[in-house]
Amino acid sequence: MKNSVEVKNISFSYGKTEILNDLSLDIKEGEFMVLLGPSGCGKTTLLNCIAGLLDLTDGQIWIEEDNVTWKEPKDRHIGMVFQSYALYPSMTVEKNLSFGLRMMGTAKDLINEKIKNAATLLQINELLKRKPSQLSGGQRQRVAIGRALVRDAKVFLFDEPLSNLDAKLRAELRYEIKKLHRDLSNTMIYVTHDQIEAMTLADRISVMKDGLIQQLDTPKQIYNKPANLFVAGFIGSPSMNFLNAKFEKSNQNIIVGNKQIDISKYENINKLINDQEVVFGIRPENINIEKNENSIQCKVELVEPMGADTLVWTSVESNPISIRLEGSSNFNLNDEINISFDINKSSIFDSKTEERI
Amino acid sequence: MSTIPKGPRPKHLTVGRIGLYCFIIMCALFFLMPLYVMIITSLKDMDEIRAANILNLPKELSFYAWPKAWSQACTGFVCEGLKPGFVNSVKITVPSVIVSVALSALNGYALAFWRFRGAYFFFGLCMFGAFIPYQVMVYPLLKIEDFLGIYSSLPGIILVHTIFGMPILTLIFRNFYASLPIDLFKAARIDGGNFIKIFFYVIIPMSTPITIVAVILQVTGIWNDFLLGLVFAGRDNQPMTVQLNNIVQVDYGVAEYNVDMSATILTSLVPLFVYFISGRWFVRGIAAGAIKG
Repeated sequence: MKNSVEVKNISFSYGKTEILNDLSLDIKEGEFMVLLGPSGCGKTTLLNCIAGLLDLTDGQIWIEEDNVTWKEPKDRHIGMVFQSYALYPSMTVEKNLSFGLRMMGTAKDLINEKIKNAATLLQINELLKRKPSQLSGGQRQRVAIGRALVRDAKVFLFDEPLSNLDAKLRAELRYEIKKLHRDLSNTMIYVTHDQIEAMTLADRISVMKDGLIQQLDTPKQIYNKPANLFVAGFIGSPSMNFLNAKFEKSNQNIIVGNKQIDISKYENINKLINDQEVVFGIRPENINIEKNENSIQCKVELVEPMGADTLVWTSVESNPISIRLEGSSNFNLNDEINISFDINKSSIFDSKTEERI
Repeated sequence: MSTIPKGPRPKHLTVGRIGLYCFIIMCALFFLMPLYVMIITSLKDMDEIRAANILNLPKELSFYAWPKAWSQACTGFVCEGLKPGFVNSVKITVPSVIVSVALSALNGYALAFWRFRGAYFFFGLCMFGAFIPYQVMVYPLLKIEDFLGIYSSLPGIILVHTIFGMPILTLIFRNFYASLPIDLFKAARIDGGNFIKIFFYVIIPMSTPITIVAVILQVTGIWNDFLLGLVFAGRDNQPMTVQLNNIVQVDYGVAEYNVDMSATILTSLVPLFVYFISGRWFVRGIAAGAIKG
């Protein structure tokens, strides 16, 4: 499959502050790519560079096998949806949708037809005569998506489109964006700091930090096999539990304080060397409450019922540990529990390089 | 007797409040006093004015001063009243306001959205320009206009007003545009707008409040201008303010205070009118920078 968007060794700096340095990224035709990272990681800058709203310091951008590095945003076959909606306040919804087409000098009949199609697809037919100020946040964002839709954009760019909406609407529109992608199968690039959005929407996620791509993979891989400590800690809520430990080759244990954990089932155990300082990472749902020869005894310190599941907090050698259990489970403060780790679902990182082993 | 707090808090008229109202009323009276004196004086005849009871209401209303000020009073050797001055002022103000506001809006837009190299330097230059007293530039500008052959003409005075209005107007527009969400501009660029199209289709329709502020500033400023009109307009285009001065400053004959007063009121009617109809807009436009979305 050919690539829809190719980012080739781009650099970008504001004055002397370097935001992106020699970054490359290929996005396949029809792929839903999510750029995920904390604020200031350069994800929005990267999106603006792809859109042509910022001039690169170095490198190239290719869209649909066309070098668009020096092309105006309008000539890049893109549509963009912004966090602030960016609807033209003086125009009705209809005019907002048709603005791009009118700028291109499209025939009136064709404009009307395209608006009709987009409005039907997004269920905004009855809003066409209204001004943006008369719309709710969710409706505004639908119109903004429609604006990208009518232009027959090859590539859709989303810049944190759901961040200004409340939780319920966010989930609703997330679903609709996913459906839209299923129906249109356009290439979509989606910037967010919300890992749930990233996990649910993406074909592939590119996790960014400090202008560098930390890991580029499917949501499943990123969740289950995070490439480094940063990715492991950033993805997942509640986040992964970490224990500083030392590996003991002779009995294939790691030592945490004065506790020992048998990790002989870990997939890459052969790559560990004796006395290596490691960080042992385990997700809350991969901890079981059961007593066996490998379990650790500890006390319940806090219980957070969340409906579908219950989060139980405890600690091992004064490292806080969260355990995700069924919603129906019943625990009280200071209950004695025995926990055991699902080692083949854990991740072990080198303390120094912070890379996964 | 004490009541249980419930519902809206009862409003009390406190001593502080009363003092505040007194102060406000006194301020209003202080500023209204001259207007009052001007209006009643313009409605008295000269005998009554000479009787020197300046604050008394006229015993007998006489309206002859008003038409005289408008069409018969002598400015120098010509006795046509203020009417030609009014016409001149309109001819100067209307094009000056339109040209300066339009150009400043375009400048402000370019400065706010198209961050070209040196934009900050240019912004600083505008700031500097807005605070230079224009007396400093009168002579050099006079020489330049003389060289261009438009000194002492209508285009000459319009050019001067446009030049002097632009720095401050550019600042006002730039600051207003800088407060608009930048995403709008980005969206318009993706939608295929170029520099001019975005300005006309996206930016101008959003500029109503700030344009009204700019128009008010320019109309009042240009209408009230005396110095530039005196220097640059030439004999045939003297604005109302210059003619008013000629009426009031008589070197011979009697000073007709009632005519002077009505002439002054007539001259200030335009700015007064502009403030009255647009006060609400003015406040809204000034505050508009604070509103996002």
